Amino acid sequence: MTNTTSKTIARPGRREFLVRSAALGGGFAIGVPFAFDAAAAEGPVELTHWIVINPDDTIVIRIARSELGQGSFTGLAQLVAEELECDWSQVRSEYADVNEHVKRNRVWGAMSTGGSRSIRESQETLRKAGAAARQMLVTAAAKQWDVPPEECTVAMGAIAHTPTGRTTRFGAVAEAAAKLEVPKEIKLKDPSEWRIIGQSPKRFDIPDKTTGKQIYAADVRLPGMLHASVMQCPVFGGKVKSLDESKVLGLRGVKKVFRGEDYVAVVADNWWRANQALKALPVEWDDGGNGQVSSESIKAFLRTGIDAKEVPVARKDGDFETAVASAAKVLDSEYYAPYLNHATMEPQTATALYKDDTIEVWVGTQNGEASIATASETSGIPLDKVIVHKMHAGGGFGRRGPHQEYTKHAVQIAMSLPGTPVRVQWSREEDMKQGRYRPVALVRLRAGLDKDGNWLAWHVRQADQSIFTSVRPADIKNGIDPVGVRVFNDMPYAVPHFTNEYAMRNTHVPPGFWRAVAHTHNPVFRECFIDEICVAAGKDPYQFRRPLLAKKPKDLGVLDAVAKAAGWGTPLPKGVFRGIALTDSYGSFTAAVVELSVKGGTVIEVHRVVVAIDPGYIVHPDAVKAQIESGVVWALSMVMHEEITIKDGRVEQSNFLDYPVTRLSDVPSKVESVLVPSGGFWGGVGEPPIGAVTPALCNALFAATGKRIRSLPLRHHGFSFA
Amino acid sequence: MISLKVNGKPVQVDTEPDMPLLWVLRDELGLTGTKYGCGVAACGACTVHIDGAAVRSCVMPVSAVAGQSVTTIEGLSADGNHPVQRAWVDLQVPQCGYCQSGMIMAVVALLKDKPKPSPAEIDDAITNICRCGTYVRVREAVQAAAGLS
Repeated sequence: MTNTTSKTIARPGRREFLVRSAALGGGFAIGVPFAFDAAAAEGPVELTHWIVINPDDTIVIRIARSELGQGSFTGLAQLVAEELECDWSQVRSEYADVNEHVKRNRVWGAMSTGGSRSIRESQETLRKAGAAARQMLVTAAAKQWDVPPEECTVAMGAIAHTPTGRTTRFGAVAEAAAKLEVPKEIKLKDPSEWRIIGQSPKRFDIPDKTTGKQIYAADVRLPGMLHASVMQCPVFGGKVKSLDESKVLGLRGVKKVFRGEDYVAVVADNWWRANQALKALPVEWDDGGNGQVSSESIKAFLRTGIDAKEVPVARKDGDFETAVASAAKVLDSEYYAPYLNHATMEPQTATALYKDDTIEVWVGTQNGEASIATASETSGIPLDKVIVHKMHAGGGFGRRGPHQEYTKHAVQIAMSLPGTPVRVQWSREEDMKQGRYRPVALVRLRAGLDKDGNWLAWHVRQADQSIFTSVRPADIKNGIDPVGVRVFNDMPYAVPHFTNEYAMRNTHVPPGFWRAVAHTHNPVFRECFIDEICVAAGKDPYQFRRPLLAKKPKDLGVLDAVAKAAGWGTPLPKGVFRGIALTDSYGSFTAAVVELSVKGGTVIEVHRVVVAIDPGYIVHPDAVKAQIESGVVWALSMVMHEEITIKDGRVEQSNFLDYPVTRLSDVPSKVESVLVPSGGFWGGVGEPPIGAVTPALCNALFAATGKRIRSLPLRHHGFSFA
Repeated sequence: MISLKVNGKPVQVDTEPDMPLLWVLRDELGLTGTKYGCGVAACGACTVHIDGAAVRSCVMPVSAVAGQSVTTIEGLSADGNHPVQRAWVDLQVPQCGYCQSGMIMAVVALLKDKPKPSPAEIDDAITNICRCGTYVRVREAVQAAAGLS
């Protein structure tokens, strides 16, 4: 099975695209304020805006969220198909068209694909769409037969009226169904009746990803297309001062030098030629006044947040100062985490074509609406004349959401070359130096224990950089970024005296959402500090946490599940040590146990990682398992390798040689997924597995070596993976 | 003009001799299955076979492969049914998929060289970067393709 999008995009001619859109739009749109031309009677039929039924009974389900490899093209379709009662083997997926979305007043809802939200935010809408379409199909069949609809049964895309022995198929009654009103009263199945949700059908997007047929934004090829390589001011916030295009204009294949406000680009007939010329192009930059900033100056700036007398308070339970004054034992630790880059395997890429007062964009995006808005704002062309082709992205991890500079570049350069498609692809170096980085953070943690080792008081002072300041400033209240304080202000442990303070310290380095964002470093700070408390109290880290979670059954549930699956407390081979940690994030609950050994005091071999997750319900168990495996790798990469540093106002790293990431040899032979969906709620899975793994590893490392790691990455402490 | 064979067909390209093979494949011949990831032979997304051996095409000047036979992901099998591709689908390996052309080409070359690789040999040979972190399944799929699981 292949998805229709890849077929469409493989031949992305504008005329063909419009023809196809019109065909799928059909003449049968229901409940939408948009008039369509009449379609051929034998053509595809739209039943609700989510479902298209073809005369041959094949079904196309439209997907509003982006496929980043997490499986949304398949999982979201399962939600619709479950209630539609169709034959899964007849189902395909395609993207809901972004331009059509604008014209139909955002009928497909949010397209943003981040925060592990795709399934949990759209499950109800999609199940209801499937159920509504099913009811319409049954009603249409019943009308044709002149029987009561409630006497009809439906399964596997077939409708039957048993008393009269009549049957029909969806494709035969779709056109009649489309003329009916969309029902308002919709009853959804009980989860015990699900037969497609909870199964793991083969993902639609995978076959083309094994043959080279999948077309990413980087692979778009259009007649007469040119390629552009871009360089932005290496000091964030700076501008182009001057350039000497005469040095490159005569080079082979070079067609144009483009000067933007804060970037330059060379356009050529081949990307390598564009990039070679760009490297030879003399450019002077105005650094905007940030040319002196360094990692050291940023850390000193964060320290002002730790040292400040008063900062905003995100949560206050009881009275920390009084409680800690009477504590038998006091702990006081400081933790640090650096900037990190997404480093998606496909560097940021977009293609644009400006022609006849319209702009057409091909882009791998985590938010089709952000892409169309960027293209419209950049070009000044109204939204209804902007066409965005969403491509499956070559990695997302938060990089391709609200920040769409690559889309801006493609649009601006294309507008200077009317009628010529221009494909902008950042070099890896540009991608490394122009990220939207996981913020730096410095945290001071203090705890007071009584003489029996009970945890009475906890004080957390955070100093870090706000992401919401640049993307959702209205959601910052009292100087607190709600993303930054996650893991602390919503912590589940029953500590009677708890204060969480937050000192926002924004630098000129642009921050951004990064897979699991605050749930990458804050869990390390919290869960490793709790491990410190356990050591000080002389208590087992699993047993210590349990009574503190007595009123948090979901957290306790995954902690117990992982301890059981990992055999916590059972003997380990000589030289092997365990660590444990817990997080709850993105609506789900996750706990991890890591087993490792350390050779020669520095070489870490991770033998086993066990991750338990409770996301409420599970749509596609194998995709959840894949996200756990993938999350473990993300955690290992972050904890051991990754760091972005700043010197002279600019990023020092340039490629995978100086920004190392996890490779196959780092990965443990055993990664075990423990799926414990308890029902009654819908949580995410793309990010939640990450948070617990990193602190569990650091805690196991302490058990093995006695070294408490309070700043990342581990390689700065002399450690490496075996 | 530089002559070489790509996926069994003789081709002639008129480019600078130092243009990396990757860009000849992608921008001159339109074979976009082979990906650009780093340009410095660090990630392996551009892996192709030259006379059967895995090579990172982003640093291989096209003039250095004149007269040789290049196989890309598009030429690996006619229908996506190479045993490694089948194992990749069976075990649902790819996530975003951008690195997988190179990953598959590297694995095919490994299995040609060592039909029954040990876990350590797999770890040593497959140094391609997958940012989605599909490594657990890559390892399983290599063993499946080798008939070891």
